[in-house]
Amino acid sequence: MDLNVMEHELVPEHYLLSEKETEGVLAELKVEKEQLPKIKKNDPAIKFLERSLGETIEEGRVVKVIRKSHTAGFFVAYRVVVER
Amino acid sequence: MMAMRGVTKRVRAIKFALLSPDEIRRMSATKIITADTYDDDGFPIDMGLMDLHLGVIEPGLRCKTCGGRVDDCPGHFGHIDLAMPAIHVGFVKELKTLLQATCRSCGRLLLTKEEATSFLEAAKRAGALSTANEAIGSIQLMKLTAKAATKRQICPHCSAEQMKVTLDKPTAFREDGHKLTPKEVRERLERIPDDDLRPLGINPDIARPEWMVITALPVPPVTVRPSITLESGDRSEDDLTHKLVDVLRINQRLRENRDAGAPQLIVEDLWELLQYHITTFIDNQTSGIPPARHRSGRPLRTLVQRLKGKEGRFRSNLSGKRVNFSARTVISPDPLISINEVGLPVVAARELTVPVHVQDYNLDIVKDWVQRGPEPVGENGKYMPGVNYVIRPDGRRIRVTDKNAETVSEAVELGYIAERQLVDGDIVLFNRQPSLHRMSMLAHEVRVMDGKTFRLNLAVCPPYNADFDGDEMNLHVLQSEEARAEAKVLMRVQEHILSPRFGGPVIGAIHDHITGAFLMTFGGSSFNREETAYLLSLLGDRPLPKPDIKVEGEPHWSGRLLFSTILPKDLTLTFRASIGSIGEDVEESTVSIVNGKVISGVVDEKAIGAFKGKIVEKIARDRGSEAARQFIDETTRLAMGTIMLKGFTTGIDDEDIPEEAKREIAEVLDRAMTEVTNLVQAYKAGELEQMPGRSLEETLEVEAMKKLGRARDDAGQIAGRHLGLENSAVIMARSGARGSMLNLSQMAGCIGQQAVRGERLSRGYWKRTLPHFLPEDLGAKAKGFVTSSYKSGLRPTEYFFHSMGGREGLVDTAVRTSRSGYMQRRLINALEDLKVMQDGTVRNTSRTIIQFRFGEDGINPMRSVGGDAVDVDDVLMEVLGPEAVKAGKLPKREMAGYGAQERDFLVEIADDAEALGDEDGGNL
Ligand SMILES: [Mg+2]
Ligand SMILES: [Zn+2]
Ligand SMILES: [Zn+2]
Repeated sequence: MDLNVMEHELVPEHYLLSEKETEGVLAELKVEKEQLPKIKKNDPAIKFLERSLGETIEEGRVVKVIRKSHTAGFFVAYRVVVER
Repeated sequence: MMAMRGVTKRVRAIKFALLSPDEIRRMSATKIITADTYDDDGFPIDMGLMDLHLGVIEPGLRCKTCGGRVDDCPGHFGHIDLAMPAIHVGFVKELKTLLQATCRSCGRLLLTKEEATSFLEAAKRAGALSTANEAIGSIQLMKLTAKAATKRQICPHCSAEQMKVTLDKPTAFREDGHKLTPKEVRERLERIPDDDLRPLGINPDIARPEWMVITALPVPPVTVRPSITLESGDRSEDDLTHKLVDVLRINQRLRENRDAGAPQLIVEDLWELLQYHITTFIDNQTSGIPPARHRSGRPLRTLVQRLKGKEGRFRSNLSGKRVNFSARTVISPDPLISINEVGLPVVAARELTVPVHVQDYNLDIVKDWVQRGPEPVGENGKYMPGVNYVIRPDGRRIRVTDKNAETVSEAVELGYIAERQLVDGDIVLFNRQPSLHRMSMLAHEVRVMDGKTFRLNLAVCPPYNADFDGDEMNLHVLQSEEARAEAKVLMRVQEHILSPRFGGPVIGAIHDHITGAFLMTFGGSSFNREETAYLLSLLGDRPLPKPDIKVEGEPHWSGRLLFSTILPKDLTLTFRASIGSIGEDVEESTVSIVNGKVISGVVDEKAIGAFKGKIVEKIARDRGSEAARQFIDETTRLAMGTIMLKGFTTGIDDEDIPEEAKREIAEVLDRAMTEVTNLVQAYKAGELEQMPGRSLEETLEVEAMKKLGRARDDAGQIAGRHLGLENSAVIMARSGARGSMLNLSQMAGCIGQQAVRGERLSRGYWKRTLPHFLPEDLGAKAKGFVTSSYKSGLRPTEYFFHSMGGREGLVDTAVRTSRSGYMQRRLINALEDLKVMQDGTVRNTSRTIIQFRFGEDGINPMRSVGGDAVDVDDVLMEVLGPEAVKAGKLPKREMAGYGAQERDFLVEIADDAEALGDEDGGNL
């Protein structure tokens, strides 16, 4: 089926962070990568990113998720890509 | 074996395996061969069920295995060698699967090597076997493999034809109708090769299937089945011991008969009996066999019963424990104590204690306490705290009695601990189940008083959801200085006036307090000198303000003036009162407070009520918890004082309306019912105009409901015209103290349409609701419209309809509470170890981020204004003054966030509860 889930209203925006950006985020949050919430490598959002960027996203990369929030309007979260 | 103390290790994984007969014998401290327990001297018999190798339960004796005494010896397993093997009831499902999936002749799995591997690989790929170490790694895998294997009729390895194996509950297996003895079952399982077990999800290294047939029975240590000595000197054995005696007896007889070459029939009978005893030893509620019973007829509590269910080890002893230093009794109200306090009966205060460490500064004081004995009384029999126990530095506890008080007191020195009875001001935790939110357990200060109930201020009823129809509450005495300090800072009642659920007050006036405040401030009510002095005396030492009005030449004090005395001097606030939406005079319905003076309006639920009180909320938010506590305490006193001075009552005559109004209501109802009849006729004649998107039947129902609903409202309006604010019931409804105008109009006017699932009643008989109506009668009366009022009483058919509607309400609440309770429990278990860190992130115990900012906006809901961080209107008013705000008249902000929703929700719930009435009956 030719459905792009990213266009659905309930699916938040995902952005792949560069290694440098990742370091910045981790430094600001003062956390190790393992302490970030996770996203599966086979998540439709990651697959979409891979298709649109034309590269494979390895385990350990971090994506920035911007979603609508009841309380804060918009909210930024980070997720680390994991195998399963 | 010495018990290891102080060694902590992190549990990384738990492996479940089966005990092999070898392992059972290896861990066994002794073999048990005799069913006798004690000899004539009451001494445990060797190799009996109470053998001293199994541990000690009597003080003075030493364990023959580890040499430890009662508290040191952990107990040791023994074992019984069974004459014939027996099936383990806990594994019959697995045994059945295994017997069906393997060959009856060669024991191989009934699958080719390729098939078996493909199942195993598929499971590995799906991640079902994450830890290869599990005994039964994946039930899913076992199911899939076995299902495929069971279908095979011919063994792919030896070509033997397979027969159908069935389970004859609970523990017998049959192959084509022939019984398989446990011995035969065991032999078959022994033949299954290790490699054929893996595709079945079994790890053969730690779980050979034949171990599911018991040949050696582990005997639990005596410490888990202690015998108790009754007062008469008789010994009473534990249920497990009783069961083990049965096993040993039958085992013995079976062995003797078998060895003597007794007839097969007798041996088989005994074997089955042994199987029964072993089955019930494990699970005495196995379906298909009668439970083993005591002589008294009580079923025995064996292994599974010890663990399972609400009274089992998990839910009763591990998830929930009993504690010391706690008390439970009925609660009753006391409007004269502070919301921070709890009234504690003297008997409870004497039993509950606080440990006091003896230091230089308090040595003499403690000596004095101890000397007074355990039940000292002061002048006029006044309560004085005594000391129940003195704990010496070596840990010995000495009970203080009237006799030894003097000597114990003399022995007290530095390093001793005295367990002092409670006194006024001690901090305790107070709790009412169900503890659904954190305000269900708050810290109170003790007030020791006569009587046998816990006393609490009525303003703290809402957070506990307590009333006084027999409710009981628990009280816990904190035992350390740190705990008391924490409780006082974090859990004190006054720190929870604002709720984290919706950023508004949960503690505030209810019922009579609201009525009292209303009577005080409504319609220019005033008080003479005597009354005023009485009211102010309730607040302690207060100067008498200047009288502001004259009544018949006498100086009078207006209620607003008196109420103003408890307001902070610089409080300025404007809001709509609860009473006046319908054509009321604006003066009364708009509360205006300027510089701590009530200029206009009445003080009612919107001002001081729990959940809605604007003044309470404003004071708590702007001036802190201490000011709010004082305000609530003083409101309580003033309101109770006023309601006692003015008097207040309600009765059935509050629902009286004139004959003329009754006639008018009857006319309105008749007209509506005629209209419905017309609608029905139009429908039957096919002349009803269909509504878009609805069927003809639905159109009729909607129209009828609309008409009848309006009729009920009209009836209420008519009744309401004759129910003014001189009416007590109306005062309660409009001020928000109790009940609603809907309740009143149902009592005085008309109850209205009864509904089940939002529709007019339709179920019951064939094409009609009751035999009192004709089939296919779709009229108002035939489908549940109740024209009577509660006061006039219901007709029999109406009563029946009303019960139908009422039942739905009851069922809904029952279902809702159980479902939401379970949902909440799961939620709490999932969230209990999360906490908000210093950097604002929410993390779990391994410090993994759960949420990057608490609530995504980082706002503490308790400090929020209805869920929002800032109340813009309020800030503007503070800065620009009330006039500017009035002139500017900001557009009403769109209600956003959970705060607003929560409020609407609360209103709904409150209405529901009121409509149902709150009688608890036997259901506290
Ligand atoms: Mg109750
Ligand atoms: Zn021992
Ligand atoms: Zn075979």
